[in-house]
Amino acid sequence: MRQFDRRLLYHFDWVMVALTLAIVTLSLATIYSATVTREHTGFTTNPLVVRQALYAGAGLLGMFGVVLFDYRRLERYAYVAYAAALLLLVLVPVVGSVGGGARRWIDLGVVSIQPSEMIKVALVVALARYFHRARATGNCGLVDVLPAFLLLAVPAALILAQPDLGTVGILAVVCVSLLFFAGLRTRVFVMLAILAGATVPLLWGHLKPYQQQRVMTFLSPDRDPLGAGYHVIQSKIAIGSGMFWGKGFLQGTQNKLHFLPEQHTDFIFSVFAEEWGYVGALVLIGLYAAFVLRGLYVASRAKDRFGALLVFGVVTIVFWQVVINVGMTSGVLPVVGIPLPFFSYGGSSLTTMMIATGLVINVNMRRFLF
Amino acid sequence: MTSSILSRREVPSEFRRRLALSVAAVLVLLGLTLVRLWHLQVAEGEQYRSLSENNRVRLKRVRATRGTILDRQGRVLVDNRPSFDLVLVPEDAHDVPRTLAVLARVLGMEQGVLAAAVTAARNRPPFEEVILYRDLEWESVVKIETHQFELPGVSVQVGPRRTYPFGDMAAHLLGYVGEVNQRELAARQGYHLGDLIGKSGAERYWEDHLRGVDGGQQVEVDAVGRKLRVISEVDEVPGNNLVLSVDRDLQLAAEAAMGDQEGAIVALDARSGEILAMVSRPAFDPNVFARGIRGAEWRVLVNNRKRPLNSKALQGTYPPGSTFKVVMAAAALEEGVINPFTNIYCGGGLFFGNRRFRCWRKGGHGSVNVHEALVRSCDVFFYQVGQRLGVDTIADYSHRFGLGAPTGITLEHESGGIIPSSAWKRQRFGEPWYPGETLSIAIGQGYVTTTPLQMASVIATIANGGTVYRPQFVKRVEAADGTVVHEEAPVRTRDLGVKRSTLLQIRQALSDVVNSKRGTGSNARLAAIEVGGKTGTAQASKAGGERAKQGGWVREKRDHAWFIAFAPVGNPEIAVAVLAEHAGEHGGTAAAPMARKVLARYFGIAEDDETSPRVAAFPPDEDAGHDDPALLAAAADPER
Repeated sequence: MRQFDRRLLYHFDWVMVALTLAIVTLSLATIYSATVTREHTGFTTNPLVVRQALYAGAGLLGMFGVVLFDYRRLERYAYVAYAAALLLLVLVPVVGSVGGGARRWIDLGVVSIQPSEMIKVALVVALARYFHRARATGNCGLVDVLPAFLLLAVPAALILAQPDLGTVGILAVVCVSLLFFAGLRTRVFVMLAILAGATVPLLWGHLKPYQQQRVMTFLSPDRDPLGAGYHVIQSKIAIGSGMFWGKGFLQGTQNKLHFLPEQHTDFIFSVFAEEWGYVGALVLIGLYAAFVLRGLYVASRAKDRFGALLVFGVVTIVFWQVVINVGMTSGVLPVVGIPLPFFSYGGSSLTTMMIATGLVINVNMRRFLF
Repeated sequence: MTSSILSRREVPSEFRRRLALSVAAVLVLLGLTLVRLWHLQVAEGEQYRSLSENNRVRLKRVRATRGTILDRQGRVLVDNRPSFDLVLVPEDAHDVPRTLAVLARVLGMEQGVLAAAVTAARNRPPFEEVILYRDLEWESVVKIETHQFELPGVSVQVGPRRTYPFGDMAAHLLGYVGEVNQRELAARQGYHLGDLIGKSGAERYWEDHLRGVDGGQQVEVDAVGRKLRVISEVDEVPGNNLVLSVDRDLQLAAEAAMGDQEGAIVALDARSGEILAMVSRPAFDPNVFARGIRGAEWRVLVNNRKRPLNSKALQGTYPPGSTFKVVMAAAALEEGVINPFTNIYCGGGLFFGNRRFRCWRKGGHGSVNVHEALVRSCDVFFYQVGQRLGVDTIADYSHRFGLGAPTGITLEHESGGIIPSSAWKRQRFGEPWYPGETLSIAIGQGYVTTTPLQMASVIATIANGGTVYRPQFVKRVEAADGTVVHEEAPVRTRDLGVKRSTLLQIRQALSDVVNSKRGTGSNARLAAIEVGGKTGTAQASKAGGERAKQGGWVREKRDHAWFIAFAPVGNPEIAVAVLAEHAGEHGGTAAAPMARKVLARYFGIAEDDETSPRVAAFPPDEDAGHDDPALLAAAADPER
């Protein structure tokens, strides 16, 4: 900041900011609709919307905050950031509070934080740093992969214990995506795939019948018609009943009746799609596509590997969460607890993702500096 | 390439190919997502739109059948029968008051009752059924079926209803079920409004086994909530059956033996601590709770001064009276303050301080040893023994027998009774222990209190050679198909730490209590089986000196009659404790005959089979001298 270059302001990526804010705006409207209670006098505001708006404000501050310093400094403190996020994660079983059958939150009085959301970005930062310094580029072998897997395995194990299978899945997918981007040898990729394929039946045999049952239900909700299966059907009915033009803002019926288990968090997309129809979904998916493609463009223009890997990682988090969340609510993917980025209710997820967006902007505007 | 700071133009070229692949992947996957949404929202949108109207796809829960409760021979104690419940889904009724009005007219019920049920359930999730009325009569079911087109949203559901075919038999042990309340809903997972949950007794403690797992159906309904088709379903898993250690015949015999008397009977298997029968009177009818108890009925039960909801067998604490001499004898012989041949002279009383503590037999027993002292229940002998032992040693042996603490039976609100010691008194009253008080303790009066269950355990411990078992009433848990899910093994709480020879001596004396000419318990005598036992008469009221036979006095001041017994003496199987509350008679006359009936039933002996006369040949004022004002004063005010 000593020498904050005027050129930086010139290269500030307003497009990214605009895309983010557009999605957040739609999100607030939908959260309002999903949680509003109909009184005789009309509509009453719901505290959840106000909270989420405050989180968005905090996220915006964070987003501009991380733009101020040169992202290459983050490289030096990458592992520190990672360790800090890990520490929070370790604290969860100790001081965490339970919600919905899992211990995921740390209650700070005013707000609860969800360290598993923060570790997503922290992991990307750590992996970017690792591959940035890796011996070979575009030609990583098996030995280069092991430390990366270690970085993944520690938080994954902690989150698995919460239990939160969905977040572990996202971490794994993000890690694999970064391996691909960093240039893992195709041979090694194939080898790892075979190895993973061979481990699954081995692990499966060691599971107790009830655990197998749980995994089967997870993979195919139809096996649990009174639980997840019912939620999926209700979610599909909500989305489908929106038809092309949607039922209109606040006109959705499915979500008002609490059929959707997490109508303002994981299943918020079905609320949105019911009210705004296919047109709305097209716009929203379009916004995400723009965000992701813009991010990939930034990655391609980054001045160093760290920047490129960092941006690619952030974009990956957003992309996979969108695909998996929409796939889950529309009944083609297993029901996992994965939020729709910038959209689902939840302070930790929103602010973390906005700060991550700030990192993308940071990389983008410093590409002209050196 | 190996340097950590990369040169300028390196990055794009390095990543270019992989970025292009990434862009392609993004476009393809997001494209597929849009295709999927098109399929749902446009291609099949019409269909989903109609399903979304009026919540056409619903979950209907199928409540699991609660497990039955069986006696040790597999005979039913608690069962289920079908019940027709009237339910309403207010969202389907459209005009709820109108529907309720029609319903009230058709069934001849008051509309207010039905409306109250709807109001009570206003916090339920939308489209969940409200149970308006449980257990409809068949005519009402027919009426509803014929009027169903005037009654949108109303239906009749068949559900299992808890039934207790033997009414109040063993009610405190079996317990009862009731609708789950808000506190239970918050604390336990998987319960819904209107579910039944065990509220007391076995029903409560074995809830998790008995309950089963609810099933359900995903159904598509029409515009007024009638089922069109079942989309998918999950079968309910019926609850497990509970096999108790209780024997139904013995329980019924014990209930009959009790007659109209208030009090408790506990019969244990002396070899394992299994409860064979447990009676507490007055009792209640659990069927009233299964039906849904009404406010007025509840108030009557709760406000009844005789506390029918409390189990006297384990919640009632009473001075053990002379039955406590069994513990005293064990302590004295074991500590060596006496030996079997030690004689103590009883002249009808004992001077201690400036008070005379009386023996119940005014003329005294003459010179007696411990055997005779037990057989004839001599007080003076045990006053002396008590003095030699001291209160803290008495407390130690009492604790070893499990007195002064709950036995640990898995039933609610068990009392521990009181076993006083010098430390206890200092803590409780801030006063030292006065030696005079020890004399009261020695004959089971004063501060000592015990429950009938504890006394049954005491006599079982004497009978089985010195093992204290935790009383249990469940033998095993079976799944609906009969496979054993869980088996209860006897739990040894502790070892008495008393020589076998000591216990054998006591057992011999207890046999003579019942079988010798001069014994106080001859009313428990059986011809075919050698029974051992000890009588007791416990002062109920410290306030008055009135004697039972003087008349004109309140029930609450009458003495309690105790009898503890075991049989056969040579190889004990069963232990029994009887407490006849405020019987106003002595243990030998009021309680021993009850124990005799239970034992007769256990050994399969016909009631009138015994040879000895029913009215015993022992002095009429047996064992009843403890209400001496001097003694009471000594207990209450030792400095006098």
